[in-house]
This record gives sequence, C-alpha cells and structure tokens, in this order.
Amino acid sequence: MTASLNTAALALGDDALVLSHRLGEWAGHAPVLEEEVALANIALDLLGQARVLLSLVGDEDELAFLREERAFRNVQLVEQPNGDFAHTIVRQLYFSTYQRLLYGRLAAADVRPDDEAHEALRGLAAKAVKEVAYHQDHAEQWTLRLGDGTPESHDRMRTACDALWRFTGELFQPVEGLDVDWRELEADWLTSVSAVLTRATLPLPEGARTTAWSAGAGRQGVHTESFGRMLAEMQHLHRSHPGASW
Amino acid sequence: MTTSDWPLWEVFVRSRRGLSHTHAGSLHAPDAEMALRNARDLYTRRNEGVSIWVVPAAAITASSPDEKDPFFEPSADKPYRHPTFYEIPEGVQHL
Repeated sequence: MTASLNTAALALGDDALVLSHRLGEWAGHAPVLEEEVALANIALDLLGQARVLLSLVGDEDELAFLREERAFRNVQLVEQPNGDFAHTIVRQLYFSTYQRLLYGRLAAADVRPDDEAHEALRGLAAKAVKEVAYHQDHAEQWTLRLGDGTPESHDRMRTACDALWRFTGELFQPVEGLDVDWRELEADWLTSVSAVLTRATLPLPEGARTTAWSAGAGRQGVHTESFGRMLAEMQHLHRSHPGASW
Repeated sequence: MTTSDWPLWEVFVRSRRGLSHTHAGSLHAPDAEMALRNARDLYTRRNEGVSIWVVPAAAITASSPDEKDPFFEPSADKPYRHPTFYEIPEGVQHL
C-alpha cells in the first residue's frame, strides 16, 4: 500500500471509529427503545467500516488502541461529545451527508485493474455507501421532526446546528490519496444540508465553518479537548493488558 | 412522552423470496415514516429486497373470540367446499 493510500484509509477509518464510539455511548440512554436500536445500528455500521479501513493500514486493534491522540486522523466533528439528542442528530446529519457524497464518488472512481489498494478502497466505498445513505436518511428524518417540532426542540436544534457548524469546514480539506473534487463535494454538501435545514424550518448557521484555533485540525492530529478523555476510556483495557488476546 | 405521541404500529414483512406479508411484530413510532424505519431496524436487519407494511394498531379490527363458532367453523358435512379431490400436478408451487 502506498503512503498516500495509508493516509486516506487512516483518515476515513478514524472518522468511522471515533463516531462509532460516540454513538456507542448512547446505549441504554436513547429517548426511546426504537431509537436505541437505530443508533446502535449506525454505530455498528461505522465500526464495520473502520475495521476494513484500518486493516488496510495495519493491525486494526493496534491502530485503535495503541495510538496516541496526536496520531489519530479523524476530523474534529466526529469526536464532539454527544450533548443532547439534537447535538447527536446534527453531528450525524453533517457527517453522514459528507460520508455519502464522498463514498459515492469513491465507489464510482476509475481504478486501474492492477491497483489493488485503490480497488480495496473502492470496494469498501461501494458497500458502505448504502449504509451511510441510511444514516443520512435517519438524521434527516429527525432533523425534520425536531426542527419543525415544538418550540423547545426547534431551539435545541438551532443551538446544535450553530455549535457544530465551525467543525464542518474541515470536512473538505483534501485528503492525500483520495482523488476527489473537494470543492464540488463541498458545494454538494452545502446544497444537501441547506435543503434539509430549510424543510426543518431551521436557518442555515451563519458563522465561519472553521476557526482560527482549528488550523491544522483533526486530519493533522490536532484534536479538541474531549477527545483525549474519550480515547482514555476506549483504550483503557487494551493498555492495561497489552498483548492479551480477546 | 405520552402514548398518544408514540402510538403502536403493527408491522408486516415480506421477505425477499416470500409471497405474502407476514405479521412480524409491533413497535412504537411518532408517525408512519419513522415506523417504517424502525421496522427496518427491528424486523428486517436491512435485508435487501424486502417489503414492509406498517399499520397503526388502532386501524386494525380483529374478529372477536366470542364469535369463534359461527365465524370460523366450516360445515364439515359439505366436503365439496374443500378442494381435496384433485391430484396436484407436479411443479405447482405455493398452493
């Protein structure tokens, strides 16, 4: 595998792994039983994607459990705490829209027959695009209901949309090894997200989509404060018993 | 959350090779769209090619157990009502 494909698989794999862990934190705490199942389903899909992607790079367990915070390449959006249900849904809407558009492009990419690494990535994307289309649909459904629900659910959605907006610019930072028109991807993402927010009677957030302190950001291993605590919990057992088999 | 906000839905699923929808179970959902999605998670594990029907439980009228006798009992002395006198040709499926 070439270095640039390693970079790409690690970036996409870390996105999926970290968001999967965040969704896993909802287990037993979702508003209704049916939603419990839906969030767990999405988390499982993402963990499946992470396993395939990280395995392209090396040993999936070593990569997940023995890397320090600075070695993780996920975008900062996916590491944001769950917050209330509105925050979780908006994070999911922003991210799964991005994932669907990106995987759709990767699945349709032209790959030389002898290019096994790219072919593996395309295979993953072709499988995952069906899953992420479902995730996006789920997030859209909830965005519509909460945004256009009661005054309180509307306010909470608005707060969540604004709070997470500044992490969305980073999604379109080009990733080495992914041959994608990032500007076009960003334009499609904006169109899709604005359409859903409009239907949900929510205004498109106005602030900047990146902040000064996010320079570098997740893809370069610069993460937000809560990520370290999340990793400590995720990696604790593996680090306490190194080399054990499970 | 009140029960009226999250009414009960009955779920009928036709599997990919199945001929008819079969009652699979019930669930709570705020509306039909969400009921469909929840049914997909709970009862189909997102198998491709299945069909799901969701029906508000309130829309279903059930036969009453009290009417069992006149309602369901066929008259056994009229065998011509039952198609038991035919040899089923080979190759006929799903009869």
